[in-house]
Amino acid sequence: MDLSRQWLNDYTAIDVSDKEFCDRMTMSGSKVEGVSVTGAGIENVVAGRVTAMERHPDSDHMFICQVDAGTGRELTIVTGAQNVSVNDMVPVALDGAKLPGGIEIKTSKLRGVMSEGMLCSLAELGLDTHDYPYAIENGIFIMQEPCAPGDDIRSVLGLGDSVVEFEITNNRPDCLSVIGLAREAAATFGTDLHIPQPQVKGSGDDISKYLTIRIDEPALCPRYTARMVKNIKIEPSPAWLRRRLRASGIRPINNIVDITNYVMQEYGQPMHAFDYSCVGGEQIIVRRAAAGEELETLDGNVRKLTPNMLIIADETKPIAVAGVMGGGNSEIVDGTRTIVFESANFNGTSVRKTAIALGMRTDASGKFEKGLDPEGTIPAVQRACELVEMLGCGEVIDGMIDVVAKPYEEKTVKLEPDKINALLGTDIDREYMVKVLEKLDFTVTGDTIHVPSWRSDIEHYSDIAEEVARFYGYDVVESTMMRGRTAQGGWNEKQLTENRLNALCQAMGFNEILTYSFGSKSAWDKIRLPADSPLRQALIIQNPLGEDRSVMRTTPMPSMLEVMATNAARRNPSVRLYERAKVFHPLPDSPLADEQMWLVLGEYGAGADFFQLKGCVEAVLRDMRVADVTFTAQRDDAAFHPGRCACIASGDKAIGVMGQVHPAVCDAYGLDHGSVYAQLDIAAMRACQGPERTFTALPRFPAVSRDIALVCAADIPVADLVATIRAAGKPYLEKAELFDVYTGDPIPAGSKSVAFSLTLRAPDQTLTEEHTAETIGAILSSLAAEHGASIR
Amino acid sequence: MEQKLRQLREQSLQDIRQAGALEALEAVRVKYLGKKGELTAVLKQMGGLSAEERPKMGQLANSIREELSQALDQAKAALAEKALEMKLAAEREDVTIPGVPVSIGRPHPLNRVIQEFSEIAIGMGFTIAEGPEVELASYNFDKLNTAEGHPARDRQDTFYFDDDDQVLLRTQTSPVQIHVMETHPLPIRIIAPGRVYRKDEVDATHSPMFHQIEGLVVDEGITFGDLKGTLNELVHRLYGSDLRTRFRPHHFPFTEPSCEMDVECFKCHGAGCPVCKGEGWIELLGGGMVHPKVLAGCGIDTEKYSGFAFGFGSDRLAMLRFNISDLRLLFENDVRFLEQF
Repeated sequence: MDLSRQWLNDYTAIDVSDKEFCDRMTMSGSKVEGVSVTGAGIENVVAGRVTAMERHPDSDHMFICQVDAGTGRELTIVTGAQNVSVNDMVPVALDGAKLPGGIEIKTSKLRGVMSEGMLCSLAELGLDTHDYPYAIENGIFIMQEPCAPGDDIRSVLGLGDSVVEFEITNNRPDCLSVIGLAREAAATFGTDLHIPQPQVKGSGDDISKYLTIRIDEPALCPRYTARMVKNIKIEPSPAWLRRRLRASGIRPINNIVDITNYVMQEYGQPMHAFDYSCVGGEQIIVRRAAAGEELETLDGNVRKLTPNMLIIADETKPIAVAGVMGGGNSEIVDGTRTIVFESANFNGTSVRKTAIALGMRTDASGKFEKGLDPEGTIPAVQRACELVEMLGCGEVIDGMIDVVAKPYEEKTVKLEPDKINALLGTDIDREYMVKVLEKLDFTVTGDTIHVPSWRSDIEHYSDIAEEVARFYGYDVVESTMMRGRTAQGGWNEKQLTENRLNALCQAMGFNEILTYSFGSKSAWDKIRLPADSPLRQALIIQNPLGEDRSVMRTTPMPSMLEVMATNAARRNPSVRLYERAKVFHPLPDSPLADEQMWLVLGEYGAGADFFQLKGCVEAVLRDMRVADVTFTAQRDDAAFHPGRCACIASGDKAIGVMGQVHPAVCDAYGLDHGSVYAQLDIAAMRACQGPERTFTALPRFPAVSRDIALVCAADIPVADLVATIRAAGKPYLEKAELFDVYTGDPIPAGSKSVAFSLTLRAPDQTLTEEHTAETIGAILSSLAAEHGASIR
Repeated sequence: MEQKLRQLREQSLQDIRQAGALEALEAVRVKYLGKKGELTAVLKQMGGLSAEERPKMGQLANSIREELSQALDQAKAALAEKALEMKLAAEREDVTIPGVPVSIGRPHPLNRVIQEFSEIAIGMGFTIAEGPEVELASYNFDKLNTAEGHPARDRQDTFYFDDDDQVLLRTQTSPVQIHVMETHPLPIRIIAPGRVYRKDEVDATHSPMFHQIEGLVVDEGITFGDLKGTLNELVHRLYGSDLRTRFRPHHFPFTEPSCEMDVECFKCHGAGCPVCKGEGWIELLGGGMVHPKVLAGCGIDTEKYSGFAFGFGSDRLAMLRFNISDLRLLFENDVRFLEQF
């Protein structure tokens, strides 16, 4: 909402600087977004009279003018314009003048003649022919405004008005008007507010002879008020009115259209004017559109209407989309003789949905959709008629049609000063509260507050508290600390786990990433998810921002691979990344999702391979105290290299998967084939946690180390050999560490050599040679028996 | 004999002084003190001395031997020290050469801001609450006093999963307030960081997915003054206590009275600069007293209890905090960006 301060001063005189005005309005709840002054870029431009002209000797189109600009002597100014004559009053940019857009004018030679300034066109002053319809577009602005040589052009043209841009919250549509903001300003600055009653003389005749109005949809149109004007003379509006519209960001058009816009800006009530000759059957009907009906709106587009839309119709056809835009078939044109002014109250939600459905939000729909004052229709139509008479553009027909389909009921709220003070933490007296409310045109009788019709947002004592507080001053309310029971803050177990995982991953050199929770179905194909995979059961957004953001992710893999691919495409040579990623699975008996958090690791470059990443995964599992961890070869997960993929489990429960990404998947993303990826279900890890760690006494007796090298079939997993060693090595085996796996000469094909370093120790004695030999012997014979492994 | 001893002493001390290496010193020791050494030989002749002379000469010989050993030890130590010095001098390094790199991962800047804010709130007695991101319209809107027909519920602003617009991606973290009030015993003091979704096309300041942090306090006798005091404290702990704040009236459907809180621009301290768009203030968060309708809807006795709530965009906070110019950088995850924090 752009507010002209000159216009505001018609209602309440506020004589403070723009800065103070903006600051104090902001602090009382009308947030100022910015302020600009009309003609702000213009400096040192004055009115001047052309006293003599001659053709430029060295140019076929330029003139040399003598201009009286009130400077004491005549100036010589060269112009290329063809529309200037002697005695014309023109805007003169003097030496050193500034024009909008940062242009500076200096005395300079033009084809050898010194020009002491410039004669200006409308465009050079930042104006156009809508502001001054008598002027021409391509030529010097020949002014008809009363002025004398030397007058500052800003005062001649009524520029220098401060225009304040407000951000009005949705609950205050009444402030989308000059009067609404004047009321707020008067309460903020303690000034008097004068809102004169519009006075309409009338010209006899009777509206009821001309028109009937019927409302078919009381819920969508609680009220419809109309007056008529005849013998219309369509003309440009006077300069003062055009200026105010311009300052408010509205383009002047003609007197009748300008009046409707002026009243909308002033009262906040959108108005419409119909050409009466186009209203068939002398009647206006407010109804829903019939299926298949169409209307060409004022912007020239043909709109397909549906029964969800409220329209204004005559006897046979739509003539306007209610509250949104009028129809071209009843538009005010130069030949219009008689008009109907509409001032109606439409249901906000209905107007908004219609405007969205038709893809045209207008000033009017923007106001209606917030819910307007049901009592505001009569003052607005009266003001419009008053302006018609003031401007002399027609004769107002006596009488008014005011159809009230749903009568307005006044709201009251109880004044409860104690409750208000308790809510605010203040000690404001009742008189002050009453004073604030009365300033805002509430009336208070006893303990009853009568809420004005334009304040549909007020319904509870907490609303009254806000009204009181914003003028008492939010900044004056003392800041206090909460009393009451002491609260113990903290993280819960789940959050502590996530914090720990963050610290752990970062310590291992993984950078944290953050990705969108939604993706595309095509990602499932990119990671080669089988057609029948349950992960293809997903929550689908019905109104997504494009297909690639339409599916709630069921797997965190595509997001990680995309980020890795982005980095690869940008030639980052290596990355080590992690994410705590949420996935969403549909639930069988609920519309909501099963939302699961995964820890996702991904890396490429800098030696990244299966075992480097596995080391990190193992570190995470160890730190999380996940019990009984196994890695089992997984050959059928199509996203991974079939020989380099492991299912990660705790006991029987799968908790994750890791591996080298399948070359075909890498290719789909544009990743190097060595890229590796792991994902761990955080809740599952927590569920599989072993007991808290406790102290184990440090060993008091020395350990014995023995290395063994075995030859066995190549396809026996090391994990199986270790399991055998552990079982057979009891009770003295403390550790069995793999230190070499070797295939190739001289090991026969189909076999491999595996070497372990074994540590034996007894808790209560130094191990004897016999104990050691017995243990190693047991281990070797079990290995031979269970796996056919022999000492190398 | 005495003369012989004194002569040996002079000669041996001179030999020690002349020995330039450990091996030479050892040779000196063997020459005088060894089993066949010269001093040992003299001592062996003690038996031939008179009873008077023997103790005298014995004493002298012993003191010479003592002196000799000490001199040998000292010379040895001096040589060892010199040798060490030379060794260390040879091992001298250029300490300006960089160390062996250790790569430590970084938290995402957004999560870092959320973590910092959470720690501060925990210090003030808050716990961290969470709620679902796929949410019911009744929690995201109705119970937050945002009835059917409100513009925020439009399909052009909110993502829906069903035809009846009843299941959606939450547009704010505020539904967590409702979950907590419905299930948590009073008093309540929580913050709820989380992801939220709105149908905004991606640009430098918009994203269809972004993050908010919500706060909620419900107890007996909670006032608007408490809201101001708590938010001031949070902001001062986050940005330093010299930063001024201001509270302006605003509107949210689920708080009344409502406010927005601005902080003095941390770049220009109120003078006006590009960061604050010349205003001197930065709009930081919104809040207010929990609307009594909302409390009552969660079964809380509004005669006894009151509360306040607040919320803000943590993406914006991170951008302000780290001077990040474009929101898209947060979601691109270029390591050259991630490693800066």
